[in-house]
Amino acid sequence: MFQKDTIAAIATGMTNAGIGIIRVSGAESIQIVDSIFHAKQAGKTLVDLPGYSALFGNICDGDCVLDEAICLVMRAPNSYTTEDVVEIQCHGGIVMLRRILELVIRSGARAAEPGEFTKRAFLGGRIDITQAESVMDMIHAKNELAARSSATQLQGKLSEKIKALRAMILNHIAYIESALDDPENYSLEGYSEELKLQVEETINQVKALLSTAEEGKMIKEGIRTVILGKPNAGKSSLLNQLLGEERAIVTEVAGTTRDTLEEDVVIQGIPLKIIDTAGIHDTVDIVEKIGVDKAKNSMEEADLILYVVDGARPLDDDDMQIMSLLKDRKVITIINKIDMEQVVDKEWITSKLHTSVVEISAKTGDGVQDLYECLKNLFFHGKLTMNDEVYITNLRHKQGLMETIESLQRVLDSIEQQMPEDFLTIDLMAAYEQLGYILGESLGDDLANEIFSKFCMGK
Amino acid sequence: MPQIEETYDVVVVGAGHAGCEAALAAARMGLETIIFTVSMDSVAMMPCNPNVGGSSKGHLVREIDALGGEMGKNIDKTYIQSKMLNESKGPAVHSLRAQADKAEYSRAMRMVLQQTDHLTLRQAEVSGIMAEGSTVTGVKTFSGGTYYAKAVILCTGVYLKARCIHGDVSYPTGPNGLQAANHLTESLVNLGIPVRRFKTGTPARIDKRSIDFSKMEEQKGDERIVPFSFTNTEEDIKRDQVSCWLTYTNETTHSIIRSNIDRSPLFSGAIEGTGPRYCPSIEDKVMKFPDKDRHQVFIEPEGEYTNEMYVGGMSSSLPEDVQYAMYRSVPGLEHAKIVRNAYAIEYDCIDATQLKPSLEFRQFDGLFAAGQFNGSSGYEEAAAQGFMAGVNAARKIQGKEPVILDRSQAYIGVLIDDLVTKKTMEPYRMMTSRAEYRLLLRQDNADLRLTDIGYEIGLIDEERYAKFNAKRSTIESELQRLESITVGANKEIQQFLERVGSTPLKTAATLADLIRRPELSYELIAPIDKHRQELPADVIEQVNINLKYEGYIKRQQQQVEHFKKLEKKMIPSDIDYDDVHNLRKEARQKLKAIRPASVGQASRISGVSPADISVLLIYLGM
Repeated sequence: MFQKDTIAAIATGMTNAGIGIIRVSGAESIQIVDSIFHAKQAGKTLVDLPGYSALFGNICDGDCVLDEAICLVMRAPNSYTTEDVVEIQCHGGIVMLRRILELVIRSGARAAEPGEFTKRAFLGGRIDITQAESVMDMIHAKNELAARSSATQLQGKLSEKIKALRAMILNHIAYIESALDDPENYSLEGYSEELKLQVEETINQVKALLSTAEEGKMIKEGIRTVILGKPNAGKSSLLNQLLGEERAIVTEVAGTTRDTLEEDVVIQGIPLKIIDTAGIHDTVDIVEKIGVDKAKNSMEEADLILYVVDGARPLDDDDMQIMSLLKDRKVITIINKIDMEQVVDKEWITSKLHTSVVEISAKTGDGVQDLYECLKNLFFHGKLTMNDEVYITNLRHKQGLMETIESLQRVLDSIEQQMPEDFLTIDLMAAYEQLGYILGESLGDDLANEIFSKFCMGK
Repeated sequence: MPQIEETYDVVVVGAGHAGCEAALAAARMGLETIIFTVSMDSVAMMPCNPNVGGSSKGHLVREIDALGGEMGKNIDKTYIQSKMLNESKGPAVHSLRAQADKAEYSRAMRMVLQQTDHLTLRQAEVSGIMAEGSTVTGVKTFSGGTYYAKAVILCTGVYLKARCIHGDVSYPTGPNGLQAANHLTESLVNLGIPVRRFKTGTPARIDKRSIDFSKMEEQKGDERIVPFSFTNTEEDIKRDQVSCWLTYTNETTHSIIRSNIDRSPLFSGAIEGTGPRYCPSIEDKVMKFPDKDRHQVFIEPEGEYTNEMYVGGMSSSLPEDVQYAMYRSVPGLEHAKIVRNAYAIEYDCIDATQLKPSLEFRQFDGLFAAGQFNGSSGYEEAAAQGFMAGVNAARKIQGKEPVILDRSQAYIGVLIDDLVTKKTMEPYRMMTSRAEYRLLLRQDNADLRLTDIGYEIGLIDEERYAKFNAKRSTIESELQRLESITVGANKEIQQFLERVGSTPLKTAATLADLIRRPELSYELIAPIDKHRQELPADVIEQVNINLKYEGYIKRQQQQVEHFKKLEKKMIPSDIDYDDVHNLRKEARQKLKAIRPASVGQASRISGVSPADISVLLIYLGM
């Protein structure tokens, strides 16, 4: 029965330019998209469309037009997944794609698990066994990281909060169960009222989490990027250059530790979380100020390091110290200040560091495009592991929270109807499992999903 | 010296509740079976509480019956009081319990054994297991006999190196002074089967004539009798019932216990075995719940032809003089005369994680185990395992796949899965909270869940199966009928609804919709359901439950769907866990030790995390 539901995801890479595609697959895919799509040609609907044809129109959230789109219909079994598929092609932009995806999900689809399209293709006999095997090999190669990922995806306050909610729910389940098995020592008298208050409170807390999940989404998703460099190498200018260039600053918040500032930017469709010290705009340099240890710490957490070299001054001890830290890290070395006379040897640095090296002027913007290309290469060649998979995962988390609320609401309904307490545990347990799924502490709906989640979304 | 040599298909060691079910199942499946007992007078003996069933245990008995076992029929023949427990709660936790006439129960079961074809009942102590390599070939008895067999089922209960203790007195016997089995343990250890020591206990029996019942609350049986066996109707087994009695301990009782606690063998260290947390002695309860000023005490008859009364809730291993003082502090027991002392019993048993879900030893082909020997406690738990072990031993000999019930099918599945998957550190007792899907695993629908399986096994005969199928289709067609009949918001209906305290209709509704209302039921809407046929009570019960709890049942069924996905993913028995990279060390050790049959089972091993399961699935290429 779970294979019959309809799934949706962003199918294209994270490019801001050009066209973005949202793919919807499953028996209800056509109806679902129809319900949010108004064809320009009056009276035309997707439902009446034959396979491999398309309509042009608007994607609408109620009365609000979100975007223009072309909707391409493919009918089972002639699609990648062998199911009915609709592809919504719209004007790129990650924010817009996300809004449309959320609308599709609100209209009845489910956020696809990472890799789920491929899984359906596999189950539908669309991919053959050799292909499946090579897919498995690929998964196998990555599985250590993958096994770790679900547990580590959520960190910090959010996961603590969810853990606390889970513990509370479990506590209630345990009490009711104890009372069933040991009525002499555990009484359920008046328990429903107490539970009702707690469940109401829990629902409020989950709702609050949902809203923060919404605001905080992109913060958690960017590639953690640290800019390193000696004093006056031009880090601030580079940061400003990056901030100025990017097209959608999603948010800007003070980080969890007070002395760092985290900026989230999307560059060429690639989300970056640029981590900087609070003192970056001061004249005192990060390396001098908080020392090598601190730098090491922030590097430890980084997915990517942007190492800024002052091209107009000779390399000094600070540079050597930083370079010694760069071993085995993903680094782009940026030789800055090409608008001035160059004294640094690019060849020497390239051979010393084995990193990509680009030359820019953060001040004039010359060469910044090269930096972007370099970034994109790293990203799309899989050298940076952060990708849209994480993005979708959070959407799944969001759905998990919504389902938690639904289950808890059912508990309230049952209390309202004065159902015997043993019924309450059914939906309490469902809520508990949903939250556990978000944390990676319970096994998800379908373990095959977890396995297929080890490769990219759009495939 | 010439010795006795005989050949059977199946040998069952022990004729308690596990052994009887095992032997009956195997013999009824056509296999030549011999069952050994240390005493012909202790077949299906109930050495502790005089009842069968109770919370979640009642479920087990009805499941055994639905599959074609004997316990339900035997208690229906010999019960002296019947009660449906937890009727104020949801149908999932309704549980049937019957007081048994212990002596009658034992006699009736012995008669069944002796009247079953292909079954031989023999008094002898089995002292050794014979094996060639890792294949079991039979057993030897203490008197020197050799009994060859293709399968051996160990159901030794609490008899292996049994020792009964109270105070500083200790007897090297099994329960009730019966001879212990002192030789088999050595043979098991020689085969490389590790054993461990558990303990359990029982309260004193008191002479009925010394009890003042006027100080106690009478606990009568139910007016409406629900038989344990689906083959019986209420009329078949209706009889006069005897009463039980409820009284309580008090502060005096507790202070007697506290001031003598140093004389308890548990506290002095004379008992080394681990006792059941969920069936504690009165001294455990007093020490564990110091704030409770009283504990329930149930006085239950042991039978119709004895004066002995069982003192439920006050099992103990305190010395004799403390027992007298303690019991006599309880209202109604001031002049109590003890007939049998309370005692604790220690015995050898195994860690059942060395068994497959079929209850066969992983290390020994043809060697099966069931009951308290596997570390469980309780007659019903024993019978359930015995039945499954008997069925699977027989099927193995017949070259068939074992029957394994999963956690979504039966309490029996939960029981066995827990025993073979989780290392239980104390005697395992069935509880409703152990079953994840208990709304589906009700005692009232055990036949609907399991009769098909019993029929496939061959333990449900054609006549019973036809009757069952008729019941099933009646339920289905009645549900369909109720969904299809619509009543309008006319005057007659509205008046009826008002009369029964329900809200009037706004639009037309089906009869099924009306039954779904909390305040209505199938029975209540009879006046507006003019064309209904008269249906048996058990059919009506199913109709009511299916409609009233539909939403919950559906949600639980969805949970089962999730669960089944992992259960269906089998792990090859020759898997080399060292070859599975990225498993955490603890998980690898546990998986190597328990060798789960399915990924589902693996996921329930403590110390194996969801991430480990993902890694395992990837390795298996699933």
